[in-house]
Amino acid sequence: MEKLFWVTSEPIEINDVIEKVVRREAGAISTFTGIAREFTHGKRTLYLEYQAYESMAEKKLAEIGKEIEEKWENTKTAIAHRTGRLDISEVAVAIAVSTPHRNDAFEASRYAIERIKEIVPIWKKEHWEDGTLWLGDQKEQQSYEEKIPEKEEMLDE
Amino acid sequence: MIDVLYFAELRDVIGSDKVSYEAAGLTVAQFKEKHLSDYHLTNLDEAMIAINEEYASEETVLQTGDTLAFIPPVSGG
Repeated sequence: MEKLFWVTSEPIEINDVIEKVVRREAGAISTFTGIAREFTHGKRTLYLEYQAYESMAEKKLAEIGKEIEEKWENTKTAIAHRTGRLDISEVAVAIAVSTPHRNDAFEASRYAIERIKEIVPIWKKEHWEDGTLWLGDQKEQQSYEEKIPEKEEMLDE
Repeated sequence: MIDVLYFAELRDVIGSDKVSYEAAGLTVAQFKEKHLSDYHLTNLDEAMIAINEEYASEETVLQTGDTLAFIPPVSGG
């Protein structure tokens, strides 16, 4: 079977991700695309670099797909995440969720991106004109006291 | 032997993505104390632990053949 969850150093075509969740019982596909941003709080990014623990990242993406299946009935999810150097506006992550009705599709795609930022071992390095920095903890949550993220964290927001 | 994977800033400081150690029988916490305390890894304690690609606790005892990974706070998406 074709992969529904993958990490790639090649540019991501959003349509490739969408295609994987098209099915006859779906009435909605919600997509989320994360792209490389040039300005963050006025600071100019030249390019981004993403590093992944690829094998584990693909497992964790698949786990997010399972969580979505458990939370919303009859969903199908596909997620692709890029690694390596990304120029401004290149696609970093693409998520597609198909469901029978639109509301679940919106909610589930939002859930997917939030969970990616919690449990998927992928890191972003900012390259600025005057330096570089590996970013961490983008959600600004100190939720790692137990060092093992729980599904429930998402529900506490 | 166990393989230890480093990512992001940890990889930059260690200077390698993967290093093998004689560490079977140690807990992850003991491994850190024994092998990593000489490095200037300011963010090491913020890193989550993964053993064989699953999140695990620092009290887990390492076994021969394990792959231990330090997972700094993630920033994908």
